[in-house]
Amino acid sequence: MGSREMVKVPTPLKVVTIPLLLASLVGSLAIAQSPTYGVGRTPTAEELRQMDISIGPTGEELPPGSGTAIEGAQVYVQRACIGCHGAEGMGGLGGLAPALRSQRDADLPIWEKERILPLRSPHATTVWDYINRGMPLGLEGTLTPDEVYSLTAYLLFLNDLIPEDQVLDQESLPKVTMPIGDEYGKPHEFKLNSPRLEGYPY
Amino acid sequence: MDSKLKGRRELLKASAALAGGFSIGLASRARAQQHDHPATPTSANASPMLHGSQEQIEYGQRSKYVTSVRIAHPIGGRPSPDVFGKVFHVATPLQDSVGVITPSSLHYVATTRGSFLPDIDPQQHTLTIHGLVDRPLTLTMDELKRFPSVTRLHFIECAGNRHNGRQHTVQETHGMTSCAEWTGVLLSTLLKECGLKSSAKWFVSEGAEEVKGASSIPIAKAMDDCLIAYGMNGEPLRPQQGFPVRIMVPGFEGIYHTKFLRRIKVVDRFYMNYNEFGHLRQTDELLALGEQIGPKSVITFPSGTQQLDGPGYYEISGLAWSGGGAVKTVEVSTDGGKTWNQAQLKTTPEHMAHVRFGYEWRWDGTETEIMSRCIDEIGQRQPLREEIANWWNIPEQRDYRVPGLDNSVMPWKIARDGSVTNGLA
Repeated sequence: MGSREMVKVPTPLKVVTIPLLLASLVGSLAIAQSPTYGVGRTPTAEELRQMDISIGPTGEELPPGSGTAIEGAQVYVQRACIGCHGAEGMGGLGGLAPALRSQRDADLPIWEKERILPLRSPHATTVWDYINRGMPLGLEGTLTPDEVYSLTAYLLFLNDLIPEDQVLDQESLPKVTMPIGDEYGKPHEFKLNSPRLEGYPY
Repeated sequence: MDSKLKGRRELLKASAALAGGFSIGLASRARAQQHDHPATPTSANASPMLHGSQEQIEYGQRSKYVTSVRIAHPIGGRPSPDVFGKVFHVATPLQDSVGVITPSSLHYVATTRGSFLPDIDPQQHTLTIHGLVDRPLTLTMDELKRFPSVTRLHFIECAGNRHNGRQHTVQETHGMTSCAEWTGVLLSTLLKECGLKSSAKWFVSEGAEEVKGASSIPIAKAMDDCLIAYGMNGEPLRPQQGFPVRIMVPGFEGIYHTKFLRRIKVVDRFYMNYNEFGHLRQTDELLALGEQIGPKSVITFPSGTQQLDGPGYYEISGLAWSGGGAVKTVEVSTDGGKTWNQAQLKTTPEHMAHVRFGYEWRWDGTETEIMSRCIDEIGQRQPLREEIANWWNIPEQRDYRVPGLDNSVMPWKIARDGSVTNGLA
């Protein structure tokens, strides 16, 4: 709408053109603003809030709640995470569930350490998102927001990214600095009918 | 002969019964009961008849002599089903395929991390579109079907579809791709209905399975050819393919084709949800080679572990596809890549669909290697493994891990005894 209002018309053309222009604007606005088919219903704000578990890098979708690594260490045992991921995230069950804590030299560059979500992810929000949507195995979706904040804090603490008493919540979680920084591939702007990588003939 | 005659007698009896005023139902039941053919034919021409059963009448089955099945992928990898009953990766038997449609029962299956199949009642399932739109929208499956529909042929290919020297059959090397006819509503139709805001750049599609797999996809792709599909090969989607509804993102790697689709959220940035962590790469180049499928083809006959009867005429057959658009040409080499000849396209090349090719070949009985390569409509060319190695400065060798999605040429070795083996081994 904003951009449409900024249409500039040269003065000599105004007399003739403006009625036409207005007519076409009204027409196109009508098309843009009203549904063509009118099928379906509008979800309520509450339905959308409950359904929206996609936590982006800004963390704007994070629910209220909080937790620390100290609390997370307890949740990790109470919710049986320890059964598959092992004590302190060192892995277990013959590799059935991934280790959650790096066992390599702390000074190594991030790409030479293990592919561990709470270590390599560019955003702490991705750790929250995954625990919340995908864990515990078979009981997905049953963790409370406080438990997810606590577990996220615990895993970040295990990888030496935050102190054990740091409180993670809607405000602080998206601000956690992840060690990968900016050292990862960014998606290119997708263009139709274009090669997957400019200059790559294959 | 005996059974044929007997068959004719039954038919006469049945007609007599009909003529006598019996209902068709009674007559055919009587006929089925009286048929009792021996299991072994008594002459070369005779064969036992298959008794009609309610099952065969209601939902037909293939011949018991056709035994082609899917297998867990990759060999030696995670089993499907695993000890918990979860399914991870299952490959299509391409060595037995004809034409370009993969039967729904044989379509490859992949899940985000190993999943149970959700048992979704379509009456309870809804699809919600929200985020950067003027009017969020929730649709029941019946409502979705009221929108204008499209039907299109599209392949899907899993990122794990890579070949190496340890594999034996084309099912193991290339079975993580399939092609089907998909019916549904264009996502652009639904997004226009919702009114897309100008700040929309990406959308996140999310499934209803236990892990709620979610992927970020460019909005330009949504407005071009993404399809919210409820039909596959003329019937509702199979549960393994996302019943009651999935999204098709034609030409993108399989994981983007979110099954059990429950939500589309229009956003202004790449969202880096869990599936995206799987796509995290060190460089922009490697990331770019992991989204859109490159031009690719493979010979399905003759292929690994198959056997040629001896020198003479054979039609080489195979499949070609590309995420860049329709396949334009396919070439076949029967001398280990020294010379290349144009193959014949057996089906009309379609946008992001398998095309079947054939090549008439007279095998002289000498040891050789056969392979295929394709060019798509935007000019991308399927590379030899050596060409990719040169591009990336990988010390040249045939059996290495191709950076990004693997679309390299696949050679099959033909031995003098007619046996066919993996040319990378």
